[in-house]
Amino acid sequence: MSKMRYSRRTILKGGVATAAATAFPAPMVWAQEIKDVTLRQFGTGVSNLNDVAQKVKEDLGFTLEMTALDSDSVTQRAATQPDSFDIADIEYWICKKVWPTGNLQAMDTSRIANYDKIVGIFRDGKLTPDSEIAQGTAPHTVGFIPEPGATEFADEETGWMTLIPTIYNADTLGIRPDLIGRPIDTWAELLNPEFKGKASILDISSIGIMDMAMVCEAMGEIQYGDKGNMTREEIDKTFAIFTEAKQNGQFRAFWKTFDESVNLMASGEVVIQSMWSPAITAVKSRGIPCVYQPLKEGYRSWGGGIGLSSSLSGIELDAAYEYINWYLSGWVGGYLMRQGYYSAVPETSKDFMSENEWGYWFEGKEATDIITSPTGDKLAEAGETRDGGSFEERMGAVACWNAVMDENQYMVRKWNEFIAA
Amino acid sequence: MTEVAREVTLPGPVDAPRRKSVGAGLIGWLQAMPLALVLVFFLLAPIVMIVIVSFWGATEFSIYPDFQFDNYAFLFGSDVTYRVFFATFKYAAITWALTLAIGFTVAYFLAFHVRSQSMQIALFLLCTIPFWTSNIIRMISWIPFLGRNGIANSTLIDWGLIDQPLEWLLYSDFSVILAFVHLYTLFMVVPIFNTMMRIDPVLLEAARDNGASGFQSLVHVILPLTKPGIMIGTIFVVTLVMGDFITVRFMSGSQRANVGRLISNDISLLQYPSAAATAVILLITVLMVIGILLRFVNIRKEL
Repeated sequence: MSKMRYSRRTILKGGVATAAATAFPAPMVWAQEIKDVTLRQFGTGVSNLNDVAQKVKEDLGFTLEMTALDSDSVTQRAATQPDSFDIADIEYWICKKVWPTGNLQAMDTSRIANYDKIVGIFRDGKLTPDSEIAQGTAPHTVGFIPEPGATEFADEETGWMTLIPTIYNADTLGIRPDLIGRPIDTWAELLNPEFKGKASILDISSIGIMDMAMVCEAMGEIQYGDKGNMTREEIDKTFAIFTEAKQNGQFRAFWKTFDESVNLMASGEVVIQSMWSPAITAVKSRGIPCVYQPLKEGYRSWGGGIGLSSSLSGIELDAAYEYINWYLSGWVGGYLMRQGYYSAVPETSKDFMSENEWGYWFEGKEATDIITSPTGDKLAEAGETRDGGSFEERMGAVACWNAVMDENQYMVRKWNEFIAA
Repeated sequence: MTEVAREVTLPGPVDAPRRKSVGAGLIGWLQAMPLALVLVFFLLAPIVMIVIVSFWGATEFSIYPDFQFDNYAFLFGSDVTYRVFFATFKYAAITWALTLAIGFTVAYFLAFHVRSQSMQIALFLLCTIPFWTSNIIRMISWIPFLGRNGIANSTLIDWGLIDQPLEWLLYSDFSVILAFVHLYTLFMVVPIFNTMMRIDPVLLEAARDNGASGFQSLVHVILPLTKPGIMIGTIFVVTLVMGDFITVRFMSGSQRANVGRLISNDISLLQYPSAAATAVILLITVLMVIGILLRFVNIRKEL
């Protein structure tokens, strides 16, 4: 063993490491040793999938331990228990909160093989050269730091990345078309008295407030300077509108976990609510009609990425880089895109999807055959198209990103009041 | 003479008298030590920590040592706090009244109407069956039952009793209290049943011989003698309900709040000092409630 480590170090000194990483998945010199590595990853349920851990074991040889938590717990853990994880799978707004604690270390982009192919949203913020940057914590604003060890974010690409983007999506309202029976095209419908007692919103303050802002703006009640960074006055006004709606019985319930949102929708307790893409998939796979309704004001978007614990070093760090390169190499991307998410490097995922799947999920084309989820449930018939259309149509219509505001603490207290109201 | 006798029984008789005084004291301390240590480490120390942290400050992602009253100032300065404490007391009071009524009735039936002891034990065990599964499962199983298209509503509609599903069955104060009563009635039954079993049947016979009706002997004999059991059950139910947060969250669909939810929200948002301050106030409140309850009945004397 020790002899092998010596040889690996020598190679590293020779500067071949980058070449070796790029040549992935070529067999590594330390292939034997890396099998003993165990990386502990935690994150939200969306991407912490056991299938991924199994595939890592198959393809890379080392063990990946997954822990799935809700967004709040993820933040808590990343901020307070740095030794409990090696890889943090977190969202960009969480990164803004957690990065200053120094619990994560920056990644050298020259060791990321597919770095150049990562979509623009995560690099300069622009999907296409002429697209406008949405409000909120846009991923590229917290994606880079000037140098290793810095706790401030850099304004442009620097070669030191905080999170390697993994998945992202554009969120909107989910509806039950069979129970509503008419077209829905604006966020303002969430507070329409027609749906009294049949609406819901999620009880995660940092995301819920954004949905609220989309609604208030669509109603024409409030004009925000920046929905992702509201002033106290804007926060007060927003909560006033929603508190009134709550007291009038607009909401059936609030949900905090994925399962709750699925059950609310599937049981018909709720006909319109803030929802996440795979939750729609889960409702549909029970044979219940459910639409992820595109709305004229645009989407509320979010992005996730993996960050490395600052305590990672040596062979574990090498393994982590290998894992990241593997993550971006396509298999995971294909898996997640078949659930309705997007991969940070879409073109590599294409090889792991059928032409029909790629057309349906990414290009917004009519399905030429039955579309199934990665677990085999039927999601769409031939001839159906994806809600919202193609990648460019959906990600190009992002109105704001999930965010953490300067007035976050104030907002949180207001949120508590809203729940108690 | 006793001294001599002891010297015979004790090994190493040379310095027996000295050993006796030191040994007795030491053994006493040693005997008290395990419990004392457990209490210090697992009860006292955490509470002290919570009190200390309640004066600390917090940023987005960390807490820092400080001595400030901000957390308390905000707590007492917000009318939400009062509303939430009121809601907590409301849940506790209603749940207490219902569990007492049901618990007392069940215990009374078990203790005085069921004649054979084996039948008593069998029925008592029957009461504990719901406890074979977890709290959460017992609670969540109400949700499909009470929902808009749930069993309760569809049955009522089938019977023609209602035309529209009853919305207040689920995600309301009703469902929260229903779950509380379901979860905690047994905590009332057990102590009351226990004290009732200890009532000397002779007393009831005497009451009857003196011409008391069934109701009179219930009010004047059984009720006073069951007070300690009622009090113990009350303490169980009140503290459980006041400290709960998950029942309120699930059964109200996150629409209602009690103090526990306030604390859990703060914790999930990394606002530990503010959560600690709320916890301290809740602890003081609960202790005061128990203090008042204990004024009515001296449990220790009656046990």
